[in-house]
Amino acid sequence: MPVVEYAGQSIEVNDEGFLMDSSQWTPEVAEAIAKEIGIDELNDQHWKVITFCREDAAKQGTPPGLRRISKNSGVNMKDLYQLFPKGPGKLAAMVSGLPKPQGCI
Amino acid sequence: MTTTTINEPVISGQPTVADEEPQREPIERVSIICSKGSLDMAYPGLVMANGARMMGIEAMVFFTFWGLDMITEKKVDNLHVATVGNPALPMMPTMVGGLPGMEAVASKMMKKQMEDLDIPPVREFIEMLSDAGAELYACRMAMDMFKLEETDLLPQVDEVLTVMDFYEKSAGAQIIFI
Repeated sequence: MPVVEYAGQSIEVNDEGFLMDSSQWTPEVAEAIAKEIGIDELNDQHWKVITFCREDAAKQGTPPGLRRISKNSGVNMKDLYQLFPKGPGKLAAMVSGLPKPQGCI
Repeated sequence: MTTTTINEPVISGQPTVADEEPQREPIERVSIICSKGSLDMAYPGLVMANGARMMGIEAMVFFTFWGLDMITEKKVDNLHVATVGNPALPMMPTMVGGLPGMEAVASKMMKKQMEDLDIPPVREFIEMLSDAGAELYACRMAMDMFKLEETDLLPQVDEVLTVMDFYEKSAGAQIIFI
Protein backbone atom coordinates (compact mmCIF):
# COMPACT_ATOMS: atom_id res chain seq x y z
CA MET A 1 0.00 0.00 0.00
CA PRO A 2 1.31 3.48 -0.79
CA VAL A 3 2.40 5.72 2.05
CA VAL A 4 1.84 9.43 1.58
CA GLU A 5 2.83 12.50 3.51
CA TYR A 6 -0.16 14.51 4.73
CA ALA A 7 0.32 17.46 7.08
CA GLY A 8 3.73 16.19 8.14
CA GLN A 9 2.45 12.71 8.93
CA SER A 10 3.26 9.51 7.06
CA ILE A 11 -0.11 7.96 6.24
CA GLU A 12 -0.92 4.68 4.60
CA VAL A 13 -3.60 4.88 1.91
CA ASN A 14 -5.03 2.35 -0.53
CA ASP A 15 -4.64 2.53 -4.30
CA GLU A 16 -7.62 4.86 -4.60
CA GLY A 17 -6.32 7.20 -1.92
CA PHE A 18 -8.57 6.22 0.99
CA LEU A 19 -6.90 6.17 4.41
CA MET A 20 -6.17 2.66 5.62
CA ASP A 21 -6.51 3.69 9.26
CA SER A 22 -9.14 6.33 9.93
CA SER A 23 -7.66 7.06 13.37
CA GLN A 24 -4.72 8.73 11.60
CA TRP A 25 -7.13 11.38 10.33
CA THR A 26 -6.87 14.95 11.63
CA PRO A 27 -8.46 18.15 10.30
CA GLU A 28 -5.05 19.02 8.82
CA VAL A 29 -4.98 15.67 7.02
CA ALA A 30 -8.44 16.48 5.63
CA GLU A 31 -7.12 19.78 4.25
CA ALA A 32 -4.24 17.92 2.61
CA ILE A 33 -6.50 15.26 1.06
CA ALA A 34 -8.81 18.03 -0.18
CA LYS A 35 -5.94 19.72 -2.01
CA GLU A 36 -5.03 16.37 -3.53
CA ILE A 37 -8.53 16.04 -5.04
CA GLY A 38 -8.72 19.59 -6.31
CA ILE A 39 -10.49 21.37 -3.45
CA ASP A 40 -8.34 24.35 -2.48
CA GLU A 41 -10.00 25.15 0.78
CA LEU A 42 -12.53 23.34 2.96
CA ASN A 43 -15.35 25.70 3.90
CA ASP A 44 -17.99 25.49 6.66
CA GLN A 45 -20.26 23.38 4.46
CA HIS A 46 -17.46 20.89 3.81
CA TRP A 47 -16.84 20.65 7.54
CA LYS A 48 -20.52 20.04 8.20
CA VAL A 49 -20.35 17.07 5.84
CA ILE A 50 -17.06 15.77 7.23
CA THR A 51 -18.25 16.03 10.84
CA PHE A 52 -21.45 14.18 9.99
CA CYS A 53 -19.62 11.47 8.05
CA ARG A 54 -17.18 10.77 10.84
CA GLU A 55 -19.81 10.77 13.58
CA ASP A 56 -22.16 8.61 11.56
CA ALA A 57 -19.42 6.13 10.62
CA ALA A 58 -18.40 5.85 14.26
CA LYS A 59 -22.00 5.00 15.17
CA GLN A 60 -22.86 2.77 12.21
CA GLY A 61 -19.48 1.15 11.68
CA THR A 62 -19.64 1.99 7.97
CA PRO A 63 -19.32 5.25 6.06
CA PRO A 64 -22.66 6.86 5.11
CA GLY A 65 -23.96 6.80 1.54
CA LEU A 66 -24.79 10.01 -0.24
CA ARG A 67 -28.53 9.93 0.35
CA ARG A 68 -27.93 9.42 4.05
CA ILE A 69 -25.56 12.39 4.11
CA SER A 70 -28.01 14.62 2.26
CA LYS A 71 -30.87 13.68 4.58
CA ASN A 72 -29.02 14.03 7.86
CA SER A 73 -26.02 16.35 7.61
CA GLY A 74 -27.91 19.57 6.92
CA VAL A 75 -26.27 19.86 3.49
CA ASN A 76 -28.63 19.03 0.63
CA MET A 77 -27.91 16.98 -2.47
CA LYS A 78 -27.39 19.97 -4.76
CA ASP A 79 -24.86 21.50 -2.40
CA LEU A 80 -23.04 18.20 -1.96
CA TYR A 81 -22.35 18.18 -5.68
CA GLN A 82 -21.13 21.78 -5.50
CA LEU A 83 -18.82 20.95 -2.62
CA PHE A 84 -17.37 17.83 -4.25
CA PRO A 85 -17.79 18.36 -7.99
CA LYS A 86 -15.66 15.37 -8.89
CA GLY A 87 -18.06 12.99 -7.18
CA PRO A 88 -19.36 13.40 -3.62
CA GLY A 89 -20.11 9.67 -3.32
CA LYS A 90 -16.44 8.80 -2.96
CA LEU A 91 -14.85 12.10 -2.04
CA ALA A 92 -16.87 12.98 1.05
CA ALA A 93 -15.73 9.72 2.63
CA MET A 94 -12.17 10.16 1.39
CA VAL A 95 -11.74 13.62 2.90
CA SER A 96 -13.30 12.32 6.11
CA GLY A 97 -10.61 9.65 6.32
CA LEU A 98 -13.14 6.84 5.95
CA PRO A 99 -13.18 3.83 3.62
CA LYS A 100 -15.10 3.93 0.32
CA PRO A 101 -18.83 3.58 0.96
CA GLN A 102 -20.27 0.20 0.03
CA GLY A 103 -23.81 1.34 -0.76
CA CYS A 104 -25.09 2.27 -4.22
CA ILE A 105 -27.16 5.24 -3.13
CA MET B 1 21.46 -12.41 -25.57
CA THR B 2 18.01 -12.93 -24.27
CA THR B 3 15.50 -14.74 -26.34
CA THR B 4 12.03 -13.39 -26.69
CA THR B 5 9.05 -15.34 -27.83
CA ILE B 6 6.63 -13.52 -30.01
CA ASN B 7 2.93 -14.26 -29.87
CA GLU B 8 3.29 -16.74 -27.08
CA PRO B 9 -0.22 -17.97 -26.32
CA VAL B 10 -1.56 -16.59 -23.06
CA ILE B 11 -2.91 -19.30 -20.83
CA SER B 12 -5.83 -17.86 -18.95
CA GLY B 13 -5.60 -17.90 -15.19
CA GLN B 14 -1.82 -17.48 -15.31
CA PRO B 15 -1.21 -13.77 -15.26
CA THR B 16 2.06 -12.59 -16.69
CA VAL B 17 3.75 -9.29 -15.95
CA ALA B 18 2.41 -7.80 -19.17
CA ASP B 19 -1.05 -8.91 -18.10
CA GLU B 20 -1.20 -6.54 -15.15
CA GLU B 21 -4.11 -4.08 -15.04
CA PRO B 22 -4.16 -2.48 -18.45
CA GLN B 23 -4.62 1.28 -18.38
CA ARG B 24 -8.15 1.99 -19.56
CA GLU B 25 -9.82 5.31 -20.20
CA PRO B 26 -12.23 6.13 -17.37
CA ILE B 27 -15.87 6.62 -18.34
CA GLU B 28 -16.71 10.33 -18.54
CA ARG B 29 -20.35 10.35 -19.59
CA VAL B 30 -23.21 7.84 -19.61
CA SER B 31 -26.47 8.03 -21.53
CA ILE B 32 -29.13 5.75 -20.11
CA ILE B 33 -32.29 4.86 -22.00
CA CYS B 34 -35.19 3.90 -19.74
CA SER B 35 -37.80 2.20 -21.90
CA LYS B 36 -39.82 0.28 -19.34
CA GLY B 37 -42.17 1.59 -16.71
CA SER B 38 -42.82 -1.32 -14.40
CA LEU B 39 -41.46 -0.74 -10.91
CA ASP B 40 -38.83 -3.47 -11.18
CA MET B 41 -37.53 -2.05 -14.46
CA ALA B 42 -37.69 1.59 -13.34
CA TYR B 43 -35.04 1.37 -10.64
CA PRO B 44 -32.05 -0.08 -12.52
CA GLY B 45 -31.68 2.94 -14.81
CA LEU B 46 -32.14 5.40 -11.96
CA VAL B 47 -29.57 3.65 -9.78
CA MET B 48 -27.07 3.49 -12.65
CA ALA B 49 -27.48 7.19 -13.45
CA ASN B 50 -27.21 8.23 -9.85
CA GLY B 51 -24.18 6.02 -9.27
CA ALA B 52 -22.46 7.70 -12.19
CA ARG B 53 -23.08 11.16 -10.75
CA MET B 54 -21.89 10.05 -7.30
CA MET B 55 -18.47 9.39 -8.75
CA GLY B 56 -18.36 12.47 -10.90
CA ILE B 57 -19.41 10.93 -14.22
CA GLU B 58 -21.81 13.02 -16.34
CA ALA B 59 -25.17 11.29 -16.71
CA MET B 60 -28.21 11.76 -18.91
CA VAL B 61 -31.38 9.69 -18.86
CA PHE B 62 -33.72 9.39 -21.84
CA PHE B 63 -37.20 8.22 -20.94
CA THR B 64 -38.95 6.54 -23.84
CA PHE B 65 -41.96 4.29 -24.41
CA TRP B 66 -43.21 3.03 -21.04
CA GLY B 67 -40.20 4.53 -19.34
CA LEU B 68 -42.11 7.80 -19.71
CA ASP B 69 -44.38 6.64 -16.88
CA MET B 70 -41.49 7.34 -14.51
CA ILE B 71 -41.59 11.04 -15.31
CA THR B 72 -45.34 11.41 -15.89
CA GLU B 73 -47.04 13.25 -13.05
CA LYS B 74 -50.11 10.99 -13.03
CA LYS B 75 -48.20 7.70 -13.29
CA VAL B 76 -45.03 8.06 -11.26
CA ASP B 77 -46.55 7.18 -7.90
CA ASN B 78 -48.44 4.18 -9.26
CA LEU B 79 -45.78 2.07 -10.93
CA HIS B 80 -46.32 -1.65 -10.45
CA VAL B 81 -44.42 -4.90 -10.47
CA ALA B 82 -45.91 -7.16 -13.16
CA THR B 83 -46.94 -10.44 -11.53
CA VAL B 84 -47.91 -12.18 -14.77
CA GLY B 85 -45.20 -13.13 -17.23
CA ASN B 86 -42.41 -11.71 -15.10
CA PRO B 87 -39.49 -14.14 -15.28
CA ALA B 88 -38.08 -12.64 -12.12
CA LEU B 89 -40.97 -14.13 -10.18
CA PRO B 90 -40.72 -17.83 -11.12
CA MET B 91 -42.19 -18.89 -7.80
CA MET B 92 -45.44 -17.23 -8.68
CA PRO B 93 -47.73 -19.39 -10.85
CA THR B 94 -49.26 -17.36 -13.67
CA MET B 95 -52.78 -18.04 -12.44
CA VAL B 96 -51.95 -16.73 -8.98
CA GLY B 97 -50.23 -13.71 -10.45
CA GLY B 98 -53.39 -12.91 -12.34
CA LEU B 99 -55.59 -12.83 -9.25
CA PRO B 100 -56.98 -9.43 -8.31
CA GLY B 101 -54.74 -7.57 -5.89
CA MET B 102 -51.58 -9.58 -6.56
CA GLU B 103 -49.83 -6.75 -8.38
CA ALA B 104 -50.62 -4.39 -5.55
CA VAL B 105 -49.17 -6.82 -2.99
CA ALA B 106 -46.00 -7.42 -5.00
CA SER B 107 -45.56 -3.69 -5.61
CA LYS B 108 -46.03 -2.89 -1.96
CA MET B 109 -43.46 -5.52 -1.01
CA MET B 110 -40.95 -4.13 -3.45
CA LYS B 111 -41.45 -0.55 -2.26
CA LYS B 112 -40.88 -1.67 1.31
CA GLN B 113 -37.68 -3.50 0.37
CA MET B 114 -36.38 -0.47 -1.50
CA GLU B 115 -37.08 1.86 1.40
CA ASP B 116 -35.23 -0.52 3.75
CA LEU B 117 -32.19 -0.19 1.51
CA ASP B 118 -32.45 3.60 1.66
CA ILE B 119 -33.56 3.73 -1.99
CA PRO B 120 -36.20 6.45 -2.43
CA PRO B 121 -39.55 6.16 -4.23
CA VAL B 122 -39.32 6.93 -7.96
CA ARG B 123 -40.62 10.51 -7.67
CA GLU B 124 -38.03 11.38 -5.04
CA PHE B 125 -35.38 9.52 -7.00
CA ILE B 126 -36.05 11.72 -10.03
CA GLU B 127 -35.70 14.83 -7.83
CA MET B 128 -32.47 13.46 -6.42
CA LEU B 129 -31.08 12.83 -9.93
CA SER B 130 -31.97 16.34 -10.96
CA ASP B 131 -30.27 17.77 -7.86
CA ALA B 132 -27.26 15.60 -8.65
CA GLY B 133 -26.96 17.32 -12.00
CA ALA B 134 -28.15 14.43 -14.18
CA GLU B 135 -29.87 15.57 -17.39
CA LEU B 136 -33.39 14.19 -17.78
CA TYR B 137 -35.00 13.96 -21.22
CA ALA B 138 -38.37 12.75 -22.48
CA CYS B 139 -38.86 11.08 -25.86
CA ARG B 140 -40.89 13.09 -28.37
CA MET B 141 -42.29 10.07 -30.16
CA ALA B 142 -43.41 8.32 -26.99
CA MET B 143 -45.04 11.59 -25.84
CA ASP B 144 -47.03 11.70 -29.06
CA MET B 145 -47.89 8.03 -28.74
CA PHE B 146 -49.28 8.47 -25.24
CA LYS B 147 -50.79 11.88 -26.10
CA LEU B 148 -48.80 13.66 -23.42
CA GLU B 149 -47.96 17.37 -23.20
CA GLU B 150 -44.91 18.81 -21.48
CA THR B 151 -47.19 19.96 -18.67
CA ASP B 152 -47.96 16.27 -17.93
CA LEU B 153 -44.32 15.65 -17.02
CA LEU B 154 -42.45 16.17 -13.77
CA PRO B 155 -40.84 19.62 -13.50
CA GLN B 156 -37.36 18.05 -13.30
CA VAL B 157 -37.48 17.01 -16.97
CA ASP B 158 -35.07 19.26 -18.88
CA GLU B 159 -36.25 18.80 -22.44
CA VAL B 160 -38.26 16.73 -24.88
CA LEU B 161 -36.00 15.18 -27.51
CA THR B 162 -36.35 13.43 -30.83
CA VAL B 163 -34.20 10.39 -31.35
CA MET B 164 -31.82 12.49 -33.43
CA ASP B 165 -31.50 15.03 -30.59
CA PHE B 166 -30.86 12.10 -28.28
CA TYR B 167 -27.84 11.00 -30.25
CA GLU B 168 -26.47 14.53 -30.33
CA LYS B 169 -26.79 14.86 -26.57
CA SER B 170 -25.18 11.45 -26.15
CA ALA B 171 -21.95 12.56 -27.81
CA GLY B 172 -19.00 10.97 -26.06
CA ALA B 173 -21.25 8.91 -23.80
CA GLN B 174 -21.55 5.22 -23.18
CA ILE B 175 -25.14 4.33 -24.05
CA ILE B 176 -26.99 1.91 -21.80
CA PHE B 177 -30.42 0.56 -22.77
CA ILE B 178 -32.83 -0.66 -20.15
